[in-house]
Amino acid sequence: MHELREDPVPAAPPEGQRRGRCIVVTSGKGGVGKTTTTANVGVALASTGARVVLVDADVGLRNLDIVLGLEARVRHHVLDVLEGNAELDDALVSDKRVPTLKLLAASQTREKDDVDTAAFKGLIDKLRERFDYVLIDCPAGIEMGFQNAIVGADEAIIVCTPEVSAVRDADRVVGLLGERVTVKLIVNRLRPALVKRGKMLSVDDVNAILRLPLLGVVAEEPGVIVSTNKGEPIALDAASPTGEAYRKIAGRIVGTDTSTPEIPREASFFGKLFGGQR
Amino acid sequence: MSARRIVVTSGKGGVGKTTTTANLGAALALRGKRVVLVDADIGLRNLDLVLGLEKRIVFDIVEVVEGRCQLRQALIKDKRFGESLSILPAAQTRDKTAVTENQFAKVIDDLAEMCDYAIIDCPAGIEHGFRNAVAGAREAIVVTTPEVSAIRDADRVIGKLNERGLPMRLIINRIRPDMVRSGDMLSVDDVCEILSAELLGIVPDDEDVIDTTNRGEPIALKTDSRLAGIYEKIARRLEGDIVPFTDLSAPTFLSRLLGRKAG
Amino acid sequence: MIEFLKRLFNPEPSSVTARERLRLVLLSDHLALAPDVVESLKSDLIAVISKYVDVDADHCDVTFEQQESVVAMLANIPILGMKPTARAPRPAPPPEPPPIADPSPASASVSVSKSRRRRRRKASVNAAPAPG
Repeated sequence: MHELREDPVPAAPPEGQRRGRCIVVTSGKGGVGKTTTTANVGVALASTGARVVLVDADVGLRNLDIVLGLEARVRHHVLDVLEGNAELDDALVSDKRVPTLKLLAASQTREKDDVDTAAFKGLIDKLRERFDYVLIDCPAGIEMGFQNAIVGADEAIIVCTPEVSAVRDADRVVGLLGERVTVKLIVNRLRPALVKRGKMLSVDDVNAILRLPLLGVVAEEPGVIVSTNKGEPIALDAASPTGEAYRKIAGRIVGTDTSTPEIPREASFFGKLFGGQR
Repeated sequence: MSARRIVVTSGKGGVGKTTTTANLGAALALRGKRVVLVDADIGLRNLDLVLGLEKRIVFDIVEVVEGRCQLRQALIKDKRFGESLSILPAAQTRDKTAVTENQFAKVIDDLAEMCDYAIIDCPAGIEHGFRNAVAGAREAIVVTTPEVSAIRDADRVIGKLNERGLPMRLIINRIRPDMVRSGDMLSVDDVCEILSAELLGIVPDDEDVIDTTNRGEPIALKTDSRLAGIYEKIARRLEGDIVPFTDLSAPTFLSRLLGRKAG
Repeated sequence: MIEFLKRLFNPEPSSVTARERLRLVLLSDHLALAPDVVESLKSDLIAVISKYVDVDADHCDVTFEQQESVVAMLANIPILGMKPTARAPRPAPPPEPPPIADPSPASASVSVSKSRRRRRRKASVNAAPAPG
């Protein structure tokens, strides 16, 4: 298995089968923006025409459906598929706004211990044959739900906010991911004004500890709360700088954008006076 | 006399459980109560970091359970509070299954003989760590933020607490009055109504929290911060006092001009 | 058109949207019903009522409301007129009834409450006051 994966020139997939990339979005600490990141990176990737499926691995506390605004259209979930109670195609929810994007929701009324790890990996492998990108929204913590979420992935995006506890948890998760997984970093909810006043860790501070390739930096923005309220991912908003940040991250994942991630700067005084609050 | 045993929980992570535990504990300790804070987040501990006690950890809760040290030896006293406040740290290099629900409950029972308040900082999620954290508790504080996903998770946790017959009250954290006024954020009333829960406290979003956490200083000690007064009020409500809720709705002209959140 | 302009100039605050979305999603969490089942429940309800009376399908409103410890389903279904078949049990049916031109139609209101927590899953049915 290992020799196959490390082969620099992979053999052509048999019978037109492809092997899409599987990326787990994780953090250790909760509430740093994993689900928001999964939704927006997924939307941005799918907007480039790539076939993307977002998998919610947070069984019992699912939220990816609500962040995407697809909660009313979820009919079946991961466990239905794993337990043979639904066909995979029936469980994939389409997003009308982005035709190449699908969601596979987690079950809300079940427990993470109900998920069979090997079967979950099998499901992910099946999805990789059909999609270019499989993005997995990992639950907080490092318990069973985390173990399941990472089992099928060979890439990981660590989402970390510039706070001591988030950095510590991220560091722990990087350790748990091990050598098998390629890890990159998104620093989320940066508040440039606080960094400037020395009240918040900077991106450099965070990455001096984590030492990971930087995929992007997303500034704190009230618009994200508004977009979650409405169920409209901010990456769909062409005018939003935060949406643009996610589109750039998608570009870096695809490889079309090789620029160094920009560090958001403080808005000017006038910007703050007139445009600061939404 | 036996202590109150309170679990601070939320379902969703990152809503401020650890900050709430630390500051509520600090506010109670400042009122002369003997308080022990228990970090139930085995593998991802952070209570020590928030209180700036991370360098003083010698033993942890797993070692207590495994009989490798006495409970008293594992407690770290926060000297800024005299004899009043100590923490029982979680293990960082173990996982949550290292402790069973019964073992956890036994530790809390033993702690209850030594203090007035045992406050348990629950990990995110509803897995093993959650079940441990609630096992020893007699009452619960659910922390949420006014965001759809946090509220949905809080609802799920409230259901779990109800199943166990644990009485609960709600702290709504990180309210931004400017966004509530502009209709961009759910209000306190919205959240209470959706969750049909009794309110214990309302805490506005405040950048002082990030700053004090960076330094490892509980905000309850920072008397010039408005949050110190807010946690003091929550502590008094917990003790049974009737304390009116802070009106967060009245903005000052200056705060509006500068786009700052009003308190 | 007016509706569109209203939306354009006075969009609904996102907190209102959030409140409605949460109500629906929590209801389905509690009832262990998928949201689309709730949607079909709505349309079935309207279909059943329109078997007996002509309803204004464009202005039907079925909402869920938190009432203290229960979630109540409130259906507001404007009635345009009676269906001829609905009068069948009468011994001597009168000739075709005149069309009802009342611009403010009568309205059926159904209210069903469901216990908030599944462990107290005892459905209660509230008799709804007849409006109008």
